[in-house]
This record gives sequence, structure tokens and C-alpha cells, in this order.
Amino acid sequence: MQRLGRLRLGKIKVKYLIINIIVWFIALAWLLPFIGVAMVSIKPFKEVVLNGWWTLTGHYTLNNFVDAWSNPVYSVATGYRNSFIVVIPSTIIPLFIAALAAYVFSRFSFPLKTMLFITLLLIMAMPQQMSVIPLFFMMNRLGLYDRLEGLILLHSAWGLAWITFFLKNFFDTLPKEVEEAARVDGASDIHIFFKIVLPMTLPAIASVAAIQFTWVWSDFFYALVFLASPDKYVVTLQVASMKGQYHIDWGLLSAGSIFAMSVPLILYALLQKYYVRGMIGWTVKG
Amino acid sequence: MKRTKYKITLLFLLPELIFLAVFVLTPIIGTVVISFLTPGGAGLDNYYKVVTEKSPDKALVLPDNIAKARPPPWGAFIHNIVWVAIHLPIVVFLGMILAYLLHEVRGSSIVKSIFFLGMVIPMVVGGLLIRFMFDGTLGVVPVVLKTLGIKGLISKTWTNYPQTALISLILGSVWLWTGFSLTVYSAAYESLPKSYIEAAKIDGASGFQIFFKIVVPLLKHATIIVVIMTMLWDLKIFDIVYVSTLGGPGGSSNVMALVMYLYFARSLDYGRSSATAVILAIITLIPGVWFIRRVMKGAKTR
Repeated sequence: MQRLGRLRLGKIKVKYLIINIIVWFIALAWLLPFIGVAMVSIKPFKEVVLNGWWTLTGHYTLNNFVDAWSNPVYSVATGYRNSFIVVIPSTIIPLFIAALAAYVFSRFSFPLKTMLFITLLLIMAMPQQMSVIPLFFMMNRLGLYDRLEGLILLHSAWGLAWITFFLKNFFDTLPKEVEEAARVDGASDIHIFFKIVLPMTLPAIASVAAIQFTWVWSDFFYALVFLASPDKYVVTLQVASMKGQYHIDWGLLSAGSIFAMSVPLILYALLQKYYVRGMIGWTVKG
Repeated sequence: MKRTKYKITLLFLLPELIFLAVFVLTPIIGTVVISFLTPGGAGLDNYYKVVTEKSPDKALVLPDNIAKARPPPWGAFIHNIVWVAIHLPIVVFLGMILAYLLHEVRGSSIVKSIFFLGMVIPMVVGGLLIRFMFDGTLGVVPVVLKTLGIKGLISKTWTNYPQTALISLILGSVWLWTGFSLTVYSAAYESLPKSYIEAAKIDGASGFQIFFKIVVPLLKHATIIVVIMTMLWDLKIFDIVYVSTLGGPGGSSNVMALVMYLYFARSLDYGRSSATAVILAIITLIPGVWFIRRVMKGAKTR
């Protein structure tokens, strides 16, 4: 390999070329399932069954997408509506509540602080399975079973732990001098938080919003347990229900899957920087 | 002055405390309580029944047919362990190597995005994509194997056969999760002291030596992050399995979270469902406590 390192084809090192070819080959292979699903979604399924999806010949159609969107039983249109109704409040509410708490965790000391913080960390490690049975009874009692409002409350609560942890780490990186100066000038803590600290927190807020949105959009387990009627199903439930047990209509299912993953993918494309920073931020700190 | 501070502290903390107490902490405690409730009074019966369950679609450790020489199914718990044992090393290895190689690659940010796509999509869709990629007629894997001339079981729908269902899900989950590992390691590489590597290059060390003797130890912190997060993900896996195989066929791809759900939704046995959830939670505490200790240790050194 040493000798090879000095070999050149014109201006390009051979080792460099080999690495590029190998990595790009792996990357394109990695992309194949997505390409496959996309191809199956734009061809009539009857043709795909006979000829496969890897040929460019044959007919193309948007029928699969129309089918998935306006399906009489499990429709993506209903799924989109319900998903947005759940996701948007479930992102805003915990952001606000956790920001308040995270600020206090970062700037003040108080009794039981360590114990509370460790509780947050424990919640982050817990599986959702640990909370659903009593919640199931609770939601029924409160009349919130099979209601989107119920899901909003549950997702907001579940997100509080990681968002508080993330924002606390972020606040720890903000220099205290600005706040101290304002305090000396007589500003109240509330004023300091809303007018000084929050504006500085916007990048962290963007990261939290991106990840919480994606997490709630992608949720399946809570939706499975707490929703019963198909017209309340969020998009993940709709698409999962489209899969037949014995026979799978891949045309319909691929279109539905593309609908379901489009929103998080677009969000990722728009907010990529914040997304990645969000993911690394809350795992690498500490 | 101190009293005012406590007022603000309480005011800011209260909404979160109430929310968590009502919708997270009480339910968690409730699950533990329910797990001890049996028809004959409080006791460990649910745990006993859940751990010694023999029917393959609910077994945790020892299903009925383990005597027959064609596993899986083993128990769901064993499946989770196998998942970690296979998925974790591959994901760590791939992430580390790819992040290293990507320094020499043109258009590396596009490559990184391609790998990261699996992290962005809903896991239900991930499960459907895995089912698709191993499909006998349409799937990438069987089709490629067929063109290479490999016949037999490998070129059929992997998720339909007990011998291959679990491994197909595990390999599919590698496809989904490698993006996370790659992203963490890529960020870690940015903060590596380049001087060590430069010095080693000047001394004439080969690429391999530099990588294994210098780079890998310097990545220890990132590796621990990846290991902890991956273990947590593998142990809690649910969506992928539910939508692609529902633990089948015959329980050969069952996982603990799914067993908990089946007790809850199919058998309506809340006692055993809770017991399964508690067992799952205790096991996730292994990476969980490791995570907590690292965070608290990091907090002390600040």
C-alpha cells in the first residue's frame, strides 16, 4: 500500500481513486432501497410483479399516489391531517415548558436538583412501554382515548426529558456575563429569560424543533395504543395498516411510504445543519 | 433575596414537574405496581409466568421448540441480545471506517446525507423498506443474490422464513442506523488533534498503523456514545418488527417490546404486560446507568 500511495494516474493518486470508487459504490448501494420504492410507486403494480422495477421501460403512473392519498379505508390525506394536528403542538408545548425548566437547571441551585436531573436522564433511557398501561386507563378515564388531544399531551410530556437535558446543556454554554449585567441593572429574572436569553437560544430551539417534530411524526407505538378509529390515525398508522398480511400491494404501500417519509425528509433538507447539530449535541455533551 | 430566587425557580419548574409527574412518572410507577398484581394477590407470579413462558410467540428465554435443531426462534430476550451482538459491532465499525475514509472522498457531504436518510424516516417506513429489500421478487438483496447465481433459501423472501427473519431485520436495521454512527464519528474527527497523526506520518507509519494505534483510541469518547445509544435503540426496537413480521414467523423475530405489546393488546393480560415492560426497562438500565454516570461525571469536571 505504501508504494501504491505514490502511484499516480496523471494528477490523481491511485489510492485516492480507489477509496472514492469504493465509498461511492457503497453509498449508491445504500440508496437502492429508496430508488426501488420510488420506482415501484410510479409504475403500475401489475407490471412490477411481472417485470420488476429495475427496468426503465413500461408504463408510468401516478395512480398509486392517488390511491394512497384518497383511499377509502386508510388514507394518507387523513393521516397527514392528523399527524400535523398532533405534531405541531407536541413540538411547541414541550419546547416552551422545557426551556423554562432547563434555564433553572442551568443557572440556579435548589434542593433535590441533582435527583430531579437524574430522573430526567432515567426517563430518557426508559422505553415507552413502561408508561402506556396506566396511561391507557388514565386516558380512558379522562375521555381522551382515541383523541388527538390525548396524544398531544402524551408526546409533550415524553419529550420534556430530552429537551430539558438538551437545552440545559446549551444554556451552560451561554456566557453568564450578559445576564449578570442585566441583573445588576435591576432586570427581573423573567425579563432576563424572555428578552435576553431566549433570543440567544434560537439555534438550539431550531435543533429541538427539528428533532422533536421528526420524533413525534414518526411515532408509532403511542399512536397504536391510544388511537382506535382509522379517521384518527396518524400517517404512520395509516401506512402500516395498508400492508396486507398475506398479499402486499407494493404500489399502494410504496406510495404511502413515500408520503409518510416526505415530510421529515423535507424538514431534514431545510434544517440539515440544526438537525445534525441537534443529534450530536445531546449525545456528545458530557 | 433567596426567597425570590426560589419563587422564580419554582415558577419555571412547575409546569414541567406537573407534566412529568402526571404523564410520565406516575404511569411508570403504576406499571411497576400492576406488574405485581396477580389474581391471587400481590406477588411475583407475573414475572415467573413471563420468564418461563414456552409458547414461541411470547417466550422470553426458552420457547417450546428449542429442542428442534433449527433455531430461531429462541426467546424474545435472546433475540434482543443477538440484535445487539450483531448490529452494534457492525454499526460502530462501519461508522468509524467510513468517517475516516470520507476525508479523502469528493462529495462526502452527499455521501453522509445518503447514510443519514435512514435516521430521518419513520421507523415504520424503515420496517416496510426492510420488508421490501428482502422481498423474494422485488427485494434488492434476493435479486442481487439471484443474479450472482446463489440459489435456495437466500433468494426468497427472508422475512417469511424463521431461519432468516431475524437476521434480515438486524441487517436492515444496520442499513437504517449506520448514519447515526457515521455522523457522530465525523464530528469526532473534526476535534481530533491532527498533530499526532502528522507526527506519525512523518515517522513513516502506514495508514493502517495510524488508524488502529492512534485514531481509534482517540475516538474512545465518540465510541462510548455510539455504543450506549445503539444499545438503547436495539433493546427498545418495536416499530420495525411490528410492521414487517409481527415477531414471526412463529416468534422467530420476536422482541421484548413486541411481547409486551402482545400481552397488552392481544391477551389483555395487563399483569404480564407490565412485568415484561419492567424487565425490558431493567435491561435498558444497563446502557442507561452507564449514560447517566457519564453525564454526571462530565458535569463534575466542569
